[in-house]
Amino acid sequence: MTASNHRWRKFKNRLMQAVTCLCAILVVTPLVLVFYHLVTSGFSSINWAFFTQLPKPVGESGGGMANAILGTFILLGQAALLGVPIGVFGGVYLSEYGSSRLNWWIRFAADILNGVPSITWGIVVYALLVVPMKGFSALAGGVVLGMMMIPLVMRTTEEVLQLVPNGYREAALALGIAKWRTIVQIVVRTALKGIVTGVLLALARVAGETAPLLFTAFGNRFWTHKLTEPIAAMPLQIFNYAISPYDDWHRQAWAGALVLLLLVLSINIGVRFLTRDRFQRNV
Amino acid sequence: MADNATIHPTATAPSSTAANAVALNVRNLSVFFGANHVLKEVSLNVPARAVTAIIGPSGCGKSTFLRALNRMHELVPEARMTGEIRLFGNDIYAPSVEPVLVRRRVGMVFQKSNPFPTMSIAENVTVGLRLNGARDRKLLVERTEQSLRMAALWDEVKDRLNAPAISLSGGQQQRLCIARALAVQPEVLLMDEPASALDPLATSKIEDLILELKKDYTIVIVTHNMQQAARISDFTAFFYLGELVEFDVTTKIFTSPVKKQTEDYVTGRFG
Repeated sequence: MTASNHRWRKFKNRLMQAVTCLCAILVVTPLVLVFYHLVTSGFSSINWAFFTQLPKPVGESGGGMANAILGTFILLGQAALLGVPIGVFGGVYLSEYGSSRLNWWIRFAADILNGVPSITWGIVVYALLVVPMKGFSALAGGVVLGMMMIPLVMRTTEEVLQLVPNGYREAALALGIAKWRTIVQIVVRTALKGIVTGVLLALARVAGETAPLLFTAFGNRFWTHKLTEPIAAMPLQIFNYAISPYDDWHRQAWAGALVLLLLVLSINIGVRFLTRDRFQRNV
Repeated sequence: MADNATIHPTATAPSSTAANAVALNVRNLSVFFGANHVLKEVSLNVPARAVTAIIGPSGCGKSTFLRALNRMHELVPEARMTGEIRLFGNDIYAPSVEPVLVRRRVGMVFQKSNPFPTMSIAENVTVGLRLNGARDRKLLVERTEQSLRMAALWDEVKDRLNAPAISLSGGQQQRLCIARALAVQPEVLLMDEPASALDPLATSKIEDLILELKKDYTIVIVTHNMQQAARISDFTAFFYLGELVEFDVTTKIFTSPVKKQTEDYVTGRFG
């Protein structure tokens, strides 16, 4: 091998290293840009009133998004009530029971559902709930987000349960422990952090959904007293304010987007924190 | 009861087992995984309060035989068996018998130690009792010490019973698994190469433990290590290609086996 050959090889190595590094930076850039822009545009509009007051009528300055913030949490709560049990139980079925053939179809269906555009979900729930109930409602909003969570939670639950080594199942069954007890007390318990992580990430994912809520929760400029009434949500409020012609509303939209981003970010950081443990667990 | 029908050239019950009661009476056991005929018409009597070693080359059906003894092979979806296994006279494959109940009487220790990572040392020992409904704290505490003593682990862990089980060394983890199996007070203990992943020192501790345990328990151990079989077992069964080739007193198998195949295997000429 000649010296020039060697130099050319070293050069190629450096070049590829630089290209991969550049791509890695490109991946992170949007997050930094979005965050920077939101902080500079939205931070100044965040104040106490933003978290405690209702929106003011057009023309009046001030006011806040208290109803939308609470609305988002109410919608997420309903979504979790619907999506977590069905998703987790479904994931347990896929991982621990089920024939491989049926499982293939369920997995296939879940993966397709995960790829369904969110506006389609909105239309589905509009037809299933909003039309029969003759009105937009918080309930319909919670249901649509919950339905979106089901396949997400189901697949992550299945995946983390599959990571539990089979040796633990066998050890428990060999002790004469019933199968359902083995699943609940050994398998699910070993994978619990992974399941919680999956649930939180699914919640973070649906927290920012706007399109399905347009057809279901609809939005509300006031407090919602019943689940059968339309309810405000942060993504909806941001959307409505952003397309409005008023500067004051634009500022509120920036602030809302910043708060929503911080909410999603804190869920993600919380997940990181939860999954760090004193002693190594398996998932 | 002793069915002495000779299915293979050697008796299913070597003459000297007459002194021992029969713990497991296996008759014409065949196991299939789908179309795979893994175990072929195996008949042998496992003597009580003795160590029976199962030897043979990889894929000869040793582990399947062991797992059929507590119905663990049924975890494989297409598993099927014919024949009969009696545990101290009770047919463990009778339609009315739940596998769960068989496994409480026939415990198992695996090749890879597998203490539950979410549980402490003490919790691991009592898990079989607790998840089968035992609530009596006093009993659980007693049984923890008793089982850990039997597994020769008590002195090493008595000051840190609440430490995570996976903080123990590999050899300690395996003895913890033995303690866990003993805590539910089985009648038979099956061991699937329990020392093959351990260093020599930890291995010799496990072997000493097995010799101690056979005073109270019937032990069936699968091993790849011929010296280990010779050191610790009273009886040895040699399996080849899913068939029981020879079953006899260990010293006989290792010094004057009847079958040529057995001799070739124990002298290391094949396998």
